[in-house]
Amino acid sequence: MSHLLDRLNFLQSKELEQFSNGHGQVTRENRDWEDTYRNRWRHDKIVRSTHGVNCTGSCSWKIYVKSGIVTWETQQTDYPRTRPDLPNHEPRGCARGASYSWYLYSANRVKNPLVRGRLLKTWRKMRATMSPIEAWTKLQNDPVLRASYVETRGKGGFVRATWDEATEITAAANAYTTKTYGPDRIFGFSPIPAMSMISYAAGSRYLSLMGGVCMSFYDWYCDLPPASPMIWGEQTDVPESADWYNAGYLLLWGSNVPQTRTPDAHFYTEARYRGTKSAVICPDYSEAAKFGDVWLNVKQGTDAALGMAFGHVILREFHLDRQAEYFENYCRKYSDFPMLVKLEEKDGRLVPGRFLRADDLDGKLGEENNPEWKTIAWDETSGGLVAPNGSIGYRWGEQGEWNLEEKAKEAETNLKMSLIMEEDHDDVLGVDFPYFGGDATEPFATDADHPEVLTRNIPVKSLKTADGEIKVATVFDLYCANYGLDRNLGGDWVAKDYDDEMPGTPAWAEKITGVPREKIIHVAREFAQNAEKTEGKSMVIIGAAMNHWYHMDMNYRGVINMLVMCGCVGQSGGGWAHYVGQEKLRPQTGWQPLAFALDWGRPPRHMNSTSAWYAHTDQWRYETLEAEEILSPTRPEGDWDINLIDYNVRAERMGWLPSAPQLKTNPLEVAKQAKAAGKDIPAFVAEQLKSGELEMSCEDPDAPENWPRNLFVWRSNLLGSSGKGHEYFLKHLLGTDHGVMGKDLGEEGRQLPKEAKWHKDGPRGKLDLLVTIDFRMSTTAVYADIVLPTASWYEKNDLNTSDMHPFIHPLQAAVDPAYESKSDWEIFKAIAKKVQEVAPEILGQETDIVALPLLHDTPAEVAQDQVKDWKKGECDLIPGKTAPNYIPVERDYTAIYDRFVALGPLLDKLGNGGKGINWNTEHEVQHLRDLNGEWKDGPAKGCAKIVTDIDATEVVLMLAPETNGEVAVKAWDALSQNTGLDHTHLALPKEEEKIRFRDIAAQPRKIISSPTWSGLESEHVCYNAGYTNVHELIPWRTLTGRQQLYQDHLWMRAFGEGFMSYRPPVDLKTINKDVQDDGDTLHLNFITPHQKWGIHSTYSDNLLMLTLNRGGPVIWISENDAKKANIVDNDWVELYNTNGALTARAVVSQRMKDGTTFMYHAQEKIVNTPGSEKTGKRGGIHNSVTRTVLKPTHMIGGYAQQSYGFNYYGTVGANRDEFVVVRKMKNVDWLDREATQKEAAE
Amino acid sequence: MHNFLFGIYPYIALAIGIMGSIARYERDPFTWKTSSSQLLRRKQLVIGSSLFHVGVLVIFVGHFVGLLTPIWVFDALGIGHGFKQVGAVVVGGIAGIMALVGGGMLFHRRWTDPRIRNNSSFADIAILVLLLVQLVLGLLTIFASLGHLDGHEMVKFMSWAQGIFTFDGAAASYISDVALVFKLHLFLGLTIILVFPFTRLVHMLSVPVRYFTRPGYQVVRSRRSEALPQRAGPVAPGRSASK
Repeated sequence: MSHLLDRLNFLQSKELEQFSNGHGQVTRENRDWEDTYRNRWRHDKIVRSTHGVNCTGSCSWKIYVKSGIVTWETQQTDYPRTRPDLPNHEPRGCARGASYSWYLYSANRVKNPLVRGRLLKTWRKMRATMSPIEAWTKLQNDPVLRASYVETRGKGGFVRATWDEATEITAAANAYTTKTYGPDRIFGFSPIPAMSMISYAAGSRYLSLMGGVCMSFYDWYCDLPPASPMIWGEQTDVPESADWYNAGYLLLWGSNVPQTRTPDAHFYTEARYRGTKSAVICPDYSEAAKFGDVWLNVKQGTDAALGMAFGHVILREFHLDRQAEYFENYCRKYSDFPMLVKLEEKDGRLVPGRFLRADDLDGKLGEENNPEWKTIAWDETSGGLVAPNGSIGYRWGEQGEWNLEEKAKEAETNLKMSLIMEEDHDDVLGVDFPYFGGDATEPFATDADHPEVLTRNIPVKSLKTADGEIKVATVFDLYCANYGLDRNLGGDWVAKDYDDEMPGTPAWAEKITGVPREKIIHVAREFAQNAEKTEGKSMVIIGAAMNHWYHMDMNYRGVINMLVMCGCVGQSGGGWAHYVGQEKLRPQTGWQPLAFALDWGRPPRHMNSTSAWYAHTDQWRYETLEAEEILSPTRPEGDWDINLIDYNVRAERMGWLPSAPQLKTNPLEVAKQAKAAGKDIPAFVAEQLKSGELEMSCEDPDAPENWPRNLFVWRSNLLGSSGKGHEYFLKHLLGTDHGVMGKDLGEEGRQLPKEAKWHKDGPRGKLDLLVTIDFRMSTTAVYADIVLPTASWYEKNDLNTSDMHPFIHPLQAAVDPAYESKSDWEIFKAIAKKVQEVAPEILGQETDIVALPLLHDTPAEVAQDQVKDWKKGECDLIPGKTAPNYIPVERDYTAIYDRFVALGPLLDKLGNGGKGINWNTEHEVQHLRDLNGEWKDGPAKGCAKIVTDIDATEVVLMLAPETNGEVAVKAWDALSQNTGLDHTHLALPKEEEKIRFRDIAAQPRKIISSPTWSGLESEHVCYNAGYTNVHELIPWRTLTGRQQLYQDHLWMRAFGEGFMSYRPPVDLKTINKDVQDDGDTLHLNFITPHQKWGIHSTYSDNLLMLTLNRGGPVIWISENDAKKANIVDNDWVELYNTNGALTARAVVSQRMKDGTTFMYHAQEKIVNTPGSEKTGKRGGIHNSVTRTVLKPTHMIGGYAQQSYGFNYYGTVGANRDEFVVVRKMKNVDWLDREATQKEAAE
Repeated sequence: MHNFLFGIYPYIALAIGIMGSIARYERDPFTWKTSSSQLLRRKQLVIGSSLFHVGVLVIFVGHFVGLLTPIWVFDALGIGHGFKQVGAVVVGGIAGIMALVGGGMLFHRRWTDPRIRNNSSFADIAILVLLLVQLVLGLLTIFASLGHLDGHEMVKFMSWAQGIFTFDGAAASYISDVALVFKLHLFLGLTIILVFPFTRLVHMLSVPVRYFTRPGYQVVRSRRSEALPQRAGPVAPGRSASK
């Protein structure tokens, strides 16, 4: 009735009864108001989607829609159940995901295509009389016009444009660049396909059809641990989070599970309830620290020393004083411990050299095929040398013996791990090991004094060959010596007990790491005891923390060594759980043809971003780290005194690393010349390179012909988040205002590069056009020339998987894209269509030449067993063998769109595959024609359609073994041919299963086991990396075929990383007299862990998340450090060094370790960031004070597991060795000024 | 004109005030609130709001009792006009100054704090201005009242006010010769009654006085119309066992 009259009804008592002694009453009153709340939570529909954000969470969510508007989201709770005695996966989700719907209708949403005002004004004027190509050509050839918009990047001035205009400018720029410089000057950066595979594929498919460059991300983010490919030949493969529950011992090392793996953290809690023991290692008192039985607060950057000490204890107690039977058997079968290493003489002293190979022996042990790639061990059964099955030599050129059976030449073997017994060795000799602990800079130095070379006694066997006598030792014997263990062989630098301050002992590690030796011994012992009793159920959960140091390999190899010594890898509940950024792209082999247009042309252009950005943002021009500082005192002879960029140039030249751009001359022109000369393309290119007619672009990155000209950034915030050396990006790549304060090598008078050409002045503004595609106005969008509005995660259809759980599930359009936005798939279709319209003016059907490095998992991985540079005349230039291969690829610029929306003919012709195996795929392609329809005419006649994003998902799902049982059986069968063992039983029970898009829309689906991955999707065990290596005897894809703890490549030995050792952080020298103001004395190590209030930069501009924390950029420092600089909590502070400056508020906290400052990665500079007093520019992002530094050992190629793979191996963007000056700000200037009239008019 | 302003306008103002409030309560019950800005900023609010509310409440009760209590009641109680006038000036003056200071603080806060300013509607600011002007006018009347402390002018206002409520057609004529400042004060007072339903002032009708007397602190609102069968709890949707 009436609200008022109801209240005024005094005739009836309002009270019906009382209860609880009158403390409660039951009343009679109108309750209609409650309907308001009921309606508040009433909705029209719920749609399943997720958040395509780089967090590995991959949580399925319910998206609620009301009156056509997305209103809120809640967690899905319908994941398929697990099995008895294992907790279920849900609930999955966190506060960040729950805040996502805010973005859709927020002010941060990009609503229309935006173009830089000056650019659009000029464009419109020109277009009145010119064609798009003419207009762009004129614009680029006029330095004043070009500078007019280039120099305003990042300073506002966007105006609305139509889709037609924005795509036309983009298409014209791409076509012009292709014609003028070559298609490999069109770059595209987008990370982590797994988070939204079709969106990634849209851009990469377009780029690949054009001949553009897809840039890697995993290595650039420094989330790729190069130790993993070095040891396992595997990018990164890890247990799913449910497997934590199976562990008996969980070592959390630098991983902050509750904060950064929120949806999985419940498994950690549940494991603790089950009784799993846990130790947590991190410098600060993190959220994870409270989960541990013990917390080891190691000094940042010294984890490798801790790892060595752990290893020292494990070796002493479980391998030497007593041989744990399980560990012995495991290591004999699954590690390179028994393999023999040649000891090489240098200046009359012995150093560990190459693995002994069949090729070194007289008669080559009868091995005809790849004898130089078959490693050798001593066999007890036959009492002689054997080339055991499984080494990489068996993988290529023959079939049936590439497996881990304990056999050689079909005879049973029992390999010897150690030659320690009197009768096994001929001599005990001193062998040199490098010691780097003395290189530590002041913040990491200790008072211990050890020489840089440690000579230790090793049992050695002498072999007589036609070429003379060879001295050999087993990896295990060398390995024990490297850990400084005394084995009663006499000699120096070995420890009798743990209190001996010899490199490798707990006492030694205590000084470096600050962790008491008792705790080190205690944790090592428990870790190994548990592994022995449970047969390997000790697990290390590890974050990127340790991997972001320059010498990350040492940290990681320290950990992996422990796991291998204890037989944990490949065992359920054990192993190495590195969870950073890889977000496993489960249906990878089905996705690749779509993503890289392998259905139309092969190979695609892939580039390792770290090397590319290092070169193109000119960070190399400021390199402060010299090779001499990181080379080993035991290095072999060689020309090692060159700059880091020079190492990269050599690596590209020898075909180790990819290049972008590839040749200084437009490849379309080179192809024409080759045709005119009537020559075969690879031969022609080789000839021209040798004669010097052709130059590789890497040799002169600053020449205008070699600049990247167009850059697409989508699904990414390159400039606001991952761009190490942010200010160098601004200065050189973008050519706008920047905060670089350091001087380049020329100005400093330091050694200039020998291989890379030096220009006196670094170029400014290399990019002609930066196109950013995003749903929100990120920092990268702010710096773009064109911003295209994309559909949010609730407005498009896509696929999502993770390494944390075994399910595949969708993103779905709950509503149509808001405002003028479109899905990424539609955006790149629109650009492709425009190219097809405007390009024919200058481009037709063209032959492109793609330079392909020596790739892992292809026969090229056994191309170079010796390092030889053709340019120095050490060998001939043979494409694909001693240099990149040069492969002609046909492009049709008149049919880019037609090809984009059709599944091309090459899949029928060449089949599909991955990781070294291949299978026929005709059946699946026909299924797709039936499902998606078939083009009846045009350039793609007879091809299956891929018009909508759902069509695209079906392509992935149909072709992938993980989502199509029939393909899985074919894939396992292909692998069985290689190994000679039958693996098809792993997929046969699921052969009839086909997962389609509508299936996963109904419920997340568990994928099918596939040989692409090293674990199983089974109803009996959790997914665990290396499981099939151990249980199916499939070799690791390394030189020895085993987990390889010794790295014998020439460069590895030169840089002293044959074995794992402790290497202190490097000295980047970024605080010097030029930049430092007097009185600014607080210098702190600058660390950028993952944050609580965002996923990288996403959500860091979300009002809900900003409200939950301090609402803007913050850094954390300890109370003691704060006091030194008179900083109190919430003060505005400035951090700077030669790389640049940033501003933030200080959070002063007891949980911080003295000497460090945390700036949680990544806080956008578009939110609450005042100007820097130092640079006078707006305070930067966390990467304003960093610069990336390359490590030569990551450039190695053509050498088994050390061969390039996209996002798989290569240089990584380390950034954690950096120091900054921290000081309190005097004036907080927001730089908010009215535009002048002139500026406004523009 | 005088007759319109003080004879007819009061009825318009009262009618809109009452009907408007009822309409708002019926149509838009969720807008019936104080719209407090306490969450945006606490500073100045505690002291400003307390001073303002205490002052205004005293003034309100004073006016209500003083104007609408029939004169014979005062006479019967033996309260002289002069005494009442002096009392009104003293108590009203103190309360008025309290309210003015408090209101001034509230206004300063509302006007200068950017967060509160941005969250204020036109009505929020306008009503505060109206109240402040009215307070100033009310305080100015004190100076006029000091000229006739015997209270005879006050009797005129009482007659007028009671005349309005007793539908006395000649009500306006009782105050035809009072000072201008009184007329302005009266007019503005009527106007505040007129705009009352369109502002946050409505919250004064919902002062939760019942809280002082209700017996229980846990209130269960029944869905039952009459008798009391046993309690039926809400039916929770079943969640299948998952393990």
